Amino acid sequence: MSEFSMSLYNARRRKNLFAKAACVAATGIGLAFLALILGVLLWKGLSGLNLAVFTEMTPPPGAKGGLLNAIMGSVIMTVLGVIVGTPLGLMAGTYMAEYGRYTKLTLVVRFINDILLSAPSIVIGLFVYEVLVSTVGHFSAWAGAVSLAVLVVPVVVRTTEDMLLLVPGGLREAAVALGMPRSLIIRKISYRAAKAGLITGVLLAVARVSGETAPLLFTALNNQFWSTNLNAPMSSLPAVIFQFALSPYKDWQQLAWTGALIITVTVLMLSIIARVLSAPRAQK
Amino acid sequence: MTDFVVQDRALAKAKERAKALSAFRLGDLVFKNITLSAAVTVLVILGGVILSLIRGSIPAFHAMGFEFLTSQSWNPVTDKFGALPAIYGTVVTSLLAIVVAVPLGLGVAVFLTELCPMWARRPIGIAIELLAGIPSIIYGIWGLFIFAPFLQEYVQPAIIEFFAPIPFLSSVFAGPAYGIGTFTAGIILAIMILPFITSISRDVFSTVPPVLKEAAYGIGCTTWEVVRKVVIPYTRVGVVGGVMLGLGRALGETMAVTFIIGNAHKISGSLLAPGTTISATIANEFTEAVGDIYTSSLIALGLLLFLITFVVLAFARLMLMRLDQKGGKP
Repeated sequence: MSEFSMSLYNARRRKNLFAKAACVAATGIGLAFLALILGVLLWKGLSGLNLAVFTEMTPPPGAKGGLLNAIMGSVIMTVLGVIVGTPLGLMAGTYMAEYGRYTKLTLVVRFINDILLSAPSIVIGLFVYEVLVSTVGHFSAWAGAVSLAVLVVPVVVRTTEDMLLLVPGGLREAAVALGMPRSLIIRKISYRAAKAGLITGVLLAVARVSGETAPLLFTALNNQFWSTNLNAPMSSLPAVIFQFALSPYKDWQQLAWTGALIITVTVLMLSIIARVLSAPRAQK
Repeated sequence: MTDFVVQDRALAKAKERAKALSAFRLGDLVFKNITLSAAVTVLVILGGVILSLIRGSIPAFHAMGFEFLTSQSWNPVTDKFGALPAIYGTVVTSLLAIVVAVPLGLGVAVFLTELCPMWARRPIGIAIELLAGIPSIIYGIWGLFIFAPFLQEYVQPAIIEFFAPIPFLSSVFAGPAYGIGTFTAGIILAIMILPFITSISRDVFSTVPPVLKEAAYGIGCTTWEVVRKVVIPYTRVGVVGGVMLGLGRALGETMAVTFIIGNAHKISGSLLAPGTTISATIANEFTEAVGDIYTSSLIALGLLLFLITFVVLAFARLMLMRLDQKGGKP
């Protein structure tokens, strides 16, 4: 081999090694940030984690207390949001995958839905404020739940459509050959075949909205006290974290860290369960 | 006699069948229309969002006119509001995030598709995607209490010192080191959008036909050359789509940025100085806004944000759709 081609060879090898090292480093950086964030959360959050967090109300500055009303508020609004949003998303996804698979409407809805999926949640909050808060004149848990529902819909639509498209056409054809009507095929065959995937979609939606803060800030606002009145402002874990973390009080900051740990653990558990459920179906 | 009974029975059966069929038909019709109206509702939601934001922002545009977009003042006392600092902050933080996240995200995607041993691909892929699962507010609290002080103490002084002798860059990276500010927000945003860029790049990388890569390896290409000359050109459209999707996310990200941007309504020449973004301004001030013009100005900001992200996301989707069509062809 001539000297020239040898040096070219070495240069290419060096470049290759360098690029590979850079890729490994990039992955390392990504994983390091994950570890750092989770590590700090555990370290700061665990030290404040005790029974009082789950049994007492949010305290005034300088006093001891817990996060009970915030946790309950989050649970109530998330459940309501999911109950309102899931059927809508499920039905829309069903139309797109079953009835109107090749129609123009489906194309448009898919496009718009994908945009709503990534649309800034704070804008959704403004929308619900305009529709449900400024017209009524006061903040309410209902408005918070509706804004979460608007965020649930696109997630459920997306997964429903994807999962129903994965159901083999042969199953449907067999049912048609038996003379089953379309609606029955969808409910008895398609839904059953795609059950794990559909549940995944709902879990992902719950994971997505339970950490949402921005849309709740001016729909459900916040509430320092225990309240289950859906027509009144309601506390939520993310909103409390936002308020407490930016406060100068040490007790509040500690509660914010503990709340952050609770939310993160919940959300990550949900998304891991969702992933495990859908793993054999959709290998990504 | 028996003939009549048989006929009667047959008639009854036929009636029953007709009844069942019509019930089926009705059920079908109802179900189809329910699903159809649900699909249309998705469109209605989008329309509702746009219309309500436009309606809400009319007073602001009425009072300030075009100046709303170009003015730098933000003064609740005199009811004079300008969106320029917020738009500037939004664009700069997002671009910064893209500049940092794209090389990182592509690197991770290459690692996951070309270098990583099979058994580790899934766990590492999931770990990176978990970054997307962490709620925005967690990035905010972490960024404010852990990351910003770290940058302020160790990184930013070094950056300021390093760029000080260079004419133009010295003002871009001018001190003092606040810790919080545009730069820090950009970095945090980069971490937040990293998983989106990674997972889309990885998905599109895996659409490259193995035979193309094998041919390149066969003539003696290195891994880097295969990625650079075969994989990336083949998937360019998809990668651009993924990057735009990440950009769309970064533009609208609210809570994390609200914590660490510093919320200063001014355009600062230095990246290290505090600034603000559209979303941070809304999150911080909306519940405290008094007066129609103030509230309306914030809603107008929301409208601007929605329009910007809509365009970016629509572009991203079009790019990804183009790749899908390409992938569909044999």
